[in-house]
Amino acid sequence: MNTTITKDLKEHFFELILTSSASEEAWLKEIRTEALKSFKSLDFPTTRNEEWKYTRITPLLNKPFKKGEYSHVQTSNYKIADLDAIIIPVVNGIINLKEVILPKGIELLNIHIAKEKHPSYIEQYFSKITDNKNIFTALNTVSATPYILKTDNNAIIEKPIHFVFVSKGNEVFVQPRFLIIAGKQSEFNVITSFHSDCKSAFLNVVVEVVAEENSKLEWTKIQSENNESIHVSSEDIYMSTNSTFTLHTYTFNGAMVRNNVNVAIDAANCEANLNGLYLLDGKQHVDNHTKIAHMKAHSNSNEIYKGIMNDASTGVFNGKIHVYQNAQKTNAFQSNKNILLSDNATINTKPELEIYADDVKCSHGSTTGQFDEDAVFYLRARGMGEQSARALLVEAFANDVTESLKSEALKKHILLLIHKKLSKEL
Amino acid sequence: MTKSEQSKGKGKMLEIRNLHAKVGGTPILRGINLTIHPGEIHAIMGPNGSGKSTLASVLAGRENYEVTEGEVLFNGKNLLALSPEDRAREGIFLAFQYPIEIPGVSNINFLRTALNEIRQYKGQEPIEAKEFLALVKEKQKLVEFDAKLANRSVNEGFSGGEKKRNEIFQMAMLEPKFAILDETDSGLDIDALRIVANGVNKLKNDKNAFLVITHYQRLLDYIVPDFVHVLYNGRIVKSGTKELALELEEKGYDWVKAEVDGVSA
Repeated sequence: MNTTITKDLKEHFFELILTSSASEEAWLKEIRTEALKSFKSLDFPTTRNEEWKYTRITPLLNKPFKKGEYSHVQTSNYKIADLDAIIIPVVNGIINLKEVILPKGIELLNIHIAKEKHPSYIEQYFSKITDNKNIFTALNTVSATPYILKTDNNAIIEKPIHFVFVSKGNEVFVQPRFLIIAGKQSEFNVITSFHSDCKSAFLNVVVEVVAEENSKLEWTKIQSENNESIHVSSEDIYMSTNSTFTLHTYTFNGAMVRNNVNVAIDAANCEANLNGLYLLDGKQHVDNHTKIAHMKAHSNSNEIYKGIMNDASTGVFNGKIHVYQNAQKTNAFQSNKNILLSDNATINTKPELEIYADDVKCSHGSTTGQFDEDAVFYLRARGMGEQSARALLVEAFANDVTESLKSEALKKHILLLIHKKLSKEL
Repeated sequence: MTKSEQSKGKGKMLEIRNLHAKVGGTPILRGINLTIHPGEIHAIMGPNGSGKSTLASVLAGRENYEVTEGEVLFNGKNLLALSPEDRAREGIFLAFQYPIEIPGVSNINFLRTALNEIRQYKGQEPIEAKEFLALVKEKQKLVEFDAKLANRSVNEGFSGGEKKRNEIFQMAMLEPKFAILDETDSGLDIDALRIVANGVNKLKNDKNAFLVITHYQRLLDYIVPDFVHVLYNGRIVKSGTKELALELEEKGYDWVKAEVDGVSA
């Protein structure tokens, strides 16, 4: 990696982030200033950096990205069929809060109001769960517009909250920032879908999640941006006693996507589920980095990531499970399976287990194979068209990821996206 | 009246003319000629490597087989120009020698999709759910196929016998005009063999036809062929009636080989 590129890049982003928010409260300015220090001290990663070994992102950032503004989008274009959800558009990282109507028990606030209403939560968690030692996170913390989604204790929210992220503009730099707080005993579902209405975009997303005692949060993330766009996201989840957190990550498109998911299980009887499916073609590059830290005894985690790579696409999976010394009786299961549909497709997969407790059940497995052409012929010999035979086999391969979706409408939507992707309509 | 006289009134169903095919550059079929009429059961026997399974694969449209000469007409259509799925939609069925396991694909769902694609090809409406389930039930019973197996993933974890019975069940569901049974008897115990054969016999009528490929005469005790052909070195070198199968069982293939090799020498 050429160091002048990273230097110039830093200059460029430095200018972009300086233009923002002069009139903020002192406490927030302090957080931003700290993050800025961090940003200045760090470099954009090169492949010499172990965490970025297979993902050469920095040269792709070298475009004249500009910050985008909020503008209206037609949400009906992004509605998931048959799903009764509350749709909230997030345009270039900005929400028009005046237009948001939420049911009782859940609120969406800007950081200033949130600080007034829920000072202890903001002080304890905002920018504390995530790691500003990561240059992308620091970049986000310096200038993003943060939103807080919070459920009341005991609130059960029936309708899923669907955040529709649209990047609008020419070459647009977008920094969504969220803190999601699942109140005690609350249950809700969040969907985040990512779309492009631009030539290209660089999305740098940071989401912090606090799962309070006995809460249940299920989050489905669908990435289908255009193939000029770069998407880096950090999702940091902090789990309290008896909480359940499930994240489904579906990646269909994007020039380069890097998902960092870090789950800190800091209590007993928690259940963390990470399900991922990536369906790639062309020159797409998708890198899923997950880290689950079992810090206390008696919790479970399940992780299944599956990938299908066609053409000259590349997948990366790096799954770390860290079991602390006192995290006895931990059950941690991890699996990553891949199918390569072309000789030019690549997968780099690496499970990392660090186990310091002695009474635990941990397993991991990784497989990479090719499409079973005999199975394709078998189905065709029964009268199925080649396209539908392949789709059926991909669907079957993805089945243990998709079947974990509880909503039938959402499952149908995902299967439709799989079909479209396979027939190159997506 | 002999079988062939009976057939005269009917059109030809399958006509293989001078079929030559290669696998990976090696010629396997070297001029097959065979005509099959509706209502007929033909058996093809022959030693290992004679080209029996290649013939089945070429007829079903498996890739990696290169037809170098000759033609195959199915109800007057050029079969070799059709994709495997279109051959199936025209009414060809191959019961695989080694049925494939497909984890995650339900037997029933896949059959329903296949059936509907066949119906669509014929310009028919998709089958109603209720009607489909009734059909499944009827055919399960007909070929003695366990309902539990029908609902599982395609062949996943099935025993050798269960896989072969699933082939017959699928055949019953799709009601092909022409079915090729590629060594369906291999790996079957005598009870499974009887069940498979009974299934075929129940499905047999005067509008469909079967090509039974086998090593052994045993299967032909249960599925009685109208014609028996011996395939050797990629050609049909001898044809006869079911008595030929008995003769082969008794004397082996050496005398046929000797006859052929003697003639060509």
